[in-house]
Amino acid sequence: MQFKILEKFQIVPTIHQMIIDAPKIAKKAKAGQFIILKIDETGERIPLTIADFDSEKGTITTIFMEVGKTTKHLSTLNAGDSLQDFVGPLGNPSKIEPSDTVVCVGGGVGVAPIYPIARAHKAIGNKVISIIGARSAELLLWEDKMQEVSDELYITTDDGTKGHHGFVTDVLKKLLEGDEPISLVVSIGPAIMMRTVAGVTHPFGVKTIVSLNSIMVDGTGMCGACRVLVGNETKFACVDGPEFNAHEVDFTLLMNRLMMYRDEEQQALENYKCDNEGCQC
Amino acid sequence: MLERNDMPRQDPDKRRSNFGEVALGYSHEQALAEASRCIQCKKPSCVAGCPVGIDIPAFIQYMADDNMDAAIRELKSMNALPAICGRVCPQETQCEEICVLGNKGEPVAIGRLERYAADHEQDKIETEAVASAKATDKKVAVVGSGPAGLTAAAELAKMGHGVTLFEALHKAGGVLVYGIPEFRLPKSIVQSEVEYVESLGVDLQLNNVVGKLDTVDELLEEYDAVFLGTGAGLPVFMGIDGENLSGVYSANEFLTRVNLMKAYQFPGYDTPVKRGQRVVVVGGGNVAMDSARCAVRLGAEEVTIVYRRGEDEMPARNEEIENAQEEGVKFKLLSNPTRILGDESNWVTQLECLNMELCEPDESGRCRPVPLEGSQHLMDVNVVIIAIGTSPNPLIPMTTKGLETSKWGTIIADEDGLSSKEGVYGGGDVVTGAATVISAMGAGKTAAKAINKYLKRDK
Repeated sequence: MQFKILEKFQIVPTIHQMIIDAPKIAKKAKAGQFIILKIDETGERIPLTIADFDSEKGTITTIFMEVGKTTKHLSTLNAGDSLQDFVGPLGNPSKIEPSDTVVCVGGGVGVAPIYPIARAHKAIGNKVISIIGARSAELLLWEDKMQEVSDELYITTDDGTKGHHGFVTDVLKKLLEGDEPISLVVSIGPAIMMRTVAGVTHPFGVKTIVSLNSIMVDGTGMCGACRVLVGNETKFACVDGPEFNAHEVDFTLLMNRLMMYRDEEQQALENYKCDNEGCQC
Repeated sequence: MLERNDMPRQDPDKRRSNFGEVALGYSHEQALAEASRCIQCKKPSCVAGCPVGIDIPAFIQYMADDNMDAAIRELKSMNALPAICGRVCPQETQCEEICVLGNKGEPVAIGRLERYAADHEQDKIETEAVASAKATDKKVAVVGSGPAGLTAAAELAKMGHGVTLFEALHKAGGVLVYGIPEFRLPKSIVQSEVEYVESLGVDLQLNNVVGKLDTVDELLEEYDAVFLGTGAGLPVFMGIDGENLSGVYSANEFLTRVNLMKAYQFPGYDTPVKRGQRVVVVGGGNVAMDSARCAVRLGAEEVTIVYRRGEDEMPARNEEIENAQEEGVKFKLLSNPTRILGDESNWVTQLECLNMELCEPDESGRCRPVPLEGSQHLMDVNVVIIAIGTSPNPLIPMTTKGLETSKWGTIIADEDGLSSKEGVYGGGDVVTGAATVISAMGAGKTAAKAINKYLKRDK
């Protein structure tokens, strides 16, 4: 069985949106879950967080950034092309419960998976404040969609080309110091950003959830590649997560394990560029 | 008495650097010669040793008569996957152990003959469709396409039921594709056995995680019965310091990368695996041997099995231990890892072990290993593979109302495979805990019969 790409376009430089025809998965998907895809016979299995889903149309939307060989290859596919394998929904859904103000913090490509979580909180009547950030204005994605599901939206860029000049955590800290009754912070983005978010919220004692993007193979609890240390206990991000209490996550271990195949990733990417973009070596 | 015919194998020096099959199978002449060793006992004991009840003397007689087509028909009437069983069954503790020839000499090489007959058919490509019973209006969902699920699906399809086989991964076969390496069980063989099962009318649904996509309760709305053959896929770690260092693998992860994802062909295949120079595999079962032998083929300079008991206590098949030894795998017995050490960037560097000695047998009948005080010592390593066992994945029990499990996480089922939930059966590792391919197949077959009976009840 093949999974057809219905839409595929670049949202901002190096970041792409891909809508897949996957009616069964779309019927079951919930905010916070992920899928695993494999492009073709020789491909690797990579996890991508579900950025949107439409049970009526039967579609799953994923957003990915060109980083390694697989995401480079994905970026060359177009509507009408197919993926050999697409499996999900995997992982546990976000807990969406009535609460005081929820702050959703998305950084870089992490803005996309924070969107359905913000939407779900909004849908049950929680007040949602969102902070989204990027390195630069041209790399900021889904501002309009986030606006729709947020009561307040803050934008930050590292270079000051849009919104607050600085990091998402600067705005988060200000909000925490203010009068807003914040009971939950949800954050998705690069590991280093999530670690900083955890550091900022910790002194305020505000419950903080992060979604961990560890390396995975099967995504169903079979291999343990994705193991993370949470509250000094080993957990599998795929079946125990991907969301965890940020204040208990060992981010140093997470970041080290994310680097495990750096050399191989580099080699695969260079081979791919040689074969497809003309050799620069 | 004629001597048992040896099966040709790849030379150890050569096979150390390839993933080609180690055992090469009998020639036609060898197969005929071995088949004629069977004395066709009037009351054959061997059949009782076969978990799926193959009429062993019958198929061997056909082979001795050089009627390979009849031999394979006989085999397939009882066993849907003979090419697999001929390779990975522990015949030495089953049918061959009780072959009467074994009393005075060596038993008939039943497994090698089964393999020859099955391969003979695969070479011919044209698979004869087995006549199925008249189609019923019943539908059965089989969850997991490993040995238990494949067998249950094949049997139920032959009984005329509509069978859907659900597999979470992108390839069918379960442990046969992710766990057992190419050099012991070529994936093309698994593929053709899967195709055979599909040819019986089984609808195979890949990339379908039952419990996430549909729960068992939802399946029961559409299907008349459900068979759970989801295996024991959850890796067990030791719980010692340093197990999350980079370079430390569960055997499941290491083998899945190498076998299912074909990391040994990286970068031709995209999935990488760390190729350590000094590799330690912890454990003494077949999975440990498979891991060690994969590491040898990935180019390791030194591969060591660390096992806390002695050679006699190792659960691996003797054949696999010998194969590993021939390929240069070292065995560090009576040694138990206590800690894994790493560098500042989280990479594994050393393994701390403690020497053990064996004392009184414990409840498992094996000698309990006791640590020798003060015997700590360090080994330099850059890849550690933990192969000390697996347990069932909790996903299905967690998402199925009224499905009882034991404290080990296995599904509780009666001897027919019936679980605590009506219409839901189970078999294989998910019921017994990690065991053999053939016992899972036996359980799949037993459950299929029980399901058939259940579907045909009071009408």
